[in-house]
Amino acid sequence: MTMTKGKKNLTTFLFFAIAVLMTPLFLAGNYLLNVLVFVGINTMLAIALNLLLGFAGQISLGHAAFFGLGAYISGILTTRYAVDPWFAMMLSAISVGGLAFIIGFPILKLKGHYLAMATLGFGIIMYIFFNETVALTGGPSGMSEIPNLLVGPLIFDSDMKNYFLIWGFTLFIMLLSINLSDSRIGRALRSIHDSEVAARVMGVNVRFLKVQIFSISALISAIAGSLYAHTMTFVSPASFGFNFSIELVTMVIIGGLGSIYGSFLGAAILTMLPEFLRVFQDFDIVIYGLLLILMTMFMPGGLMSGIRWLASAVSSGLRKEPD
Amino acid sequence: MEYSRQLIQYALSGLSNGAIYALIGFGFSIIYNATGIINFAQGEFVMLGGMLTIFFLTFMNMPLIPAAILAIAAATAVGITFERFAIRPLRKATPLNLVIITIGGSILIRGVAMLIWGKDTHALPSFSGNDPLYLAGATLLPQHLWIFAITLVAIIASRLFFNYSIVGKAMRACSYNRRAASLVGIDVRKMVLLSFTISSAMGSMAGIIIAPLTMTSYDVGIMLGLKGFCAAIIGGMSTGIGMVIGGLLLGILESLGAGLVSASYKDAIAFIILLVILFVRPQGIFNTSETERV
Amino acid sequence: MLRLEGITKVFGGLIALEEVSFSVEDGTITGIIGPNGAGKTTLFNIVSGIYPQNSGNVYLGGKNISRFAPEKLARLGLVRTFQNVELFGQMTVLENVMVGLHTKSKSGILSCAFKLPGHIREEKYIRERGLQWLEFTGMVELAEVTAGNLPFGKGRLLEIARALALEPRMILMDEPAAGLNSHETIRLAALIRRIRESGVTVVLVEHDMDLVMDVCDAVVVLDLGRKLAEGTPREIQENTAVITAYLGES
Repeated sequence: MTMTKGKKNLTTFLFFAIAVLMTPLFLAGNYLLNVLVFVGINTMLAIALNLLLGFAGQISLGHAAFFGLGAYISGILTTRYAVDPWFAMMLSAISVGGLAFIIGFPILKLKGHYLAMATLGFGIIMYIFFNETVALTGGPSGMSEIPNLLVGPLIFDSDMKNYFLIWGFTLFIMLLSINLSDSRIGRALRSIHDSEVAARVMGVNVRFLKVQIFSISALISAIAGSLYAHTMTFVSPASFGFNFSIELVTMVIIGGLGSIYGSFLGAAILTMLPEFLRVFQDFDIVIYGLLLILMTMFMPGGLMSGIRWLASAVSSGLRKEPD
Repeated sequence: MEYSRQLIQYALSGLSNGAIYALIGFGFSIIYNATGIINFAQGEFVMLGGMLTIFFLTFMNMPLIPAAILAIAAATAVGITFERFAIRPLRKATPLNLVIITIGGSILIRGVAMLIWGKDTHALPSFSGNDPLYLAGATLLPQHLWIFAITLVAIIASRLFFNYSIVGKAMRACSYNRRAASLVGIDVRKMVLLSFTISSAMGSMAGIIIAPLTMTSYDVGIMLGLKGFCAAIIGGMSTGIGMVIGGLLLGILESLGAGLVSASYKDAIAFIILLVILFVRPQGIFNTSETERV
Repeated sequence: MLRLEGITKVFGGLIALEEVSFSVEDGTITGIIGPNGAGKTTLFNIVSGIYPQNSGNVYLGGKNISRFAPEKLARLGLVRTFQNVELFGQMTVLENVMVGLHTKSKSGILSCAFKLPGHIREEKYIRERGLQWLEFTGMVELAEVTAGNLPFGKGRLLEIARALALEPRMILMDEPAAGLNSHETIRLAALIRRIRESGVTVVLVEHDMDLVMDVCDAVVVLDLGRKLAEGTPREIQENTAVITAYLGES
């Protein structure tokens, strides 16, 4: 049974990865490719948040801050100090992960609404910092001329190349997360979500595990931030505010807490919808609010649970066919 | 001399902001004590107070006082609706779901406000003009006096209510022990509804009296709500003098920090204080209740 | 195996436990009984590290475990079940038991994420052991059922299976028979005996007197936070102080 389940996960992932990697072949020169680059970045962010929110059940309303920190640290190191972009990304990821590790201990002692408020406060502090520390970050007008990433002669400066760059990272993170989900640590995280006290009684070091997953989540978000900075070559505080943190939470909720593919779905929907429905932009906040309420009330497993239900209904319906 | 005059100025503006934070914090405490949850949407009621008043004032051409009263009534109606539809059905939800739904609710209110009134900032005229007064070497606007006066009245009224009226005592009973309260015949659900009513009324009132000093727009709710929450935390979620001190303390620290350290980081100061308190002493400095879940 | 010395616990103005002392012998089944509010669950919470006592000490196998956190106690072989069954509702029955094997395994985050060979081997082991424990408690057919959907009696059984997976020296059961019908209670009694036979010491808090008198080797009676009596089930049944305390109860 074990082999079949593990193999099934791997096969599904391979199908998904192939689909993702083949898509650009049909979309060369299409604006959609640019949108899909952002879907890739948002998927990475949504998965990072899902590890914390979906698996461990800890709410964070300030995750845009880690995204922003990653972007700004990479931006500052590469524009001001001429640090190699890959090295800068590594430094950025480690320092943001380290920061999250340190503040993780006090912050994750809090639960529920208190944790929500604390992460919200942290997110806003970072946003204010991005906006006001003009000497370092360029303030509200942002920071520009961030160099593209390059590997030897290959410079990532077009939509097509960025697509493969971003999705390469995102698929890798997806695979690791899928592996983690069905493992000892994955179960330990989900046990924290369902009953912290029972998890502790079973020997799970709840406090430490929460901090670990918090810092990994921050680290991944920072990497997404670095990739974002080098892809856009420009960053400004507006992308890293409270609204985006809420958008990330909504992506995870829509897709389904704890579902990695669900995070992709949520990210895809919330990234592409504003592109296709300009009207969406005016209504976006209302829609996020409604989605959060309605999904949590009526479809707590997110769209993925709906899809799974549909799939099993269809397959059992098909099986009943021969009469 | 100049320096001490500046300090007094900072202290004074800090006190007036602090009074607002205390009012908002009261809203958090009242609901927390009655239901055990933090009403994430509290800040939005503050926003609604100011925005609705401006709406009634400009579009319906009402004079200030009726506009304000109608705004408070409307905001309270939203609060009651929120309790009915978002809170009451959630008795059985997991804690995480409860958090997410209340966050969703607050965002919904903010989103609808944005749809109706756009993203512009609006100004509410001061209650009694803008001629500055001079007190102990510092400049005071009449609006500051209104803030102190109204906050004082609100606090005295709340003390009287909770300590001397039957309904107020019933609410306190609920906060100490829901089960026991319902066993002696107190309608706990009504108390919960009442707590939301009082909180949204107080919150919207706070929004109205601060609006003439700081512009108001659809998203002031987040900052004010968070700062009010900070005041509530410092005050240990009490509905008494602890809350007042919590608010005033926050206001003064924020103002002094902004004046002496840096003005642009003013908001960050309040939130850093919030994080420090949550990390070090989440039960607040003026903790009143002592509950233990067995 | 377990020794309590002078355990006192005060909540605000309420004295929940006062100078409670008793011992539990290795490999026995001990029942803790008493009227409601006697402090039984408080005692369990203190022994299992949920919160600390105000004074007094708890010894496990001679070692002072006062104030040890539940995680630490798990590694020392102490486990408990809960009155309000604390299952991992969103996980399957088998996965619940697999969490019980957390202390019997050690793959970390990196090992799991990168699916290193050590992790793969361990997963196989955890899964097989998990199924074995489900067999022991007679729940194998329910392995893939979502725990939250289980009927109440099965949920209780699952909690016990999960706790046993930890391979404890001692298991504390908080009202295991609550909400079970007489048929399920008989099977529970048989299971408890099988647990004792496998070498695990059992301490249970119970209201079901038939179960206690049937299954326990020793009984401790608490009333209003104090130890009222201690002895064999027979001795307790004939103890006048106990009878008075339970006036009106079965």
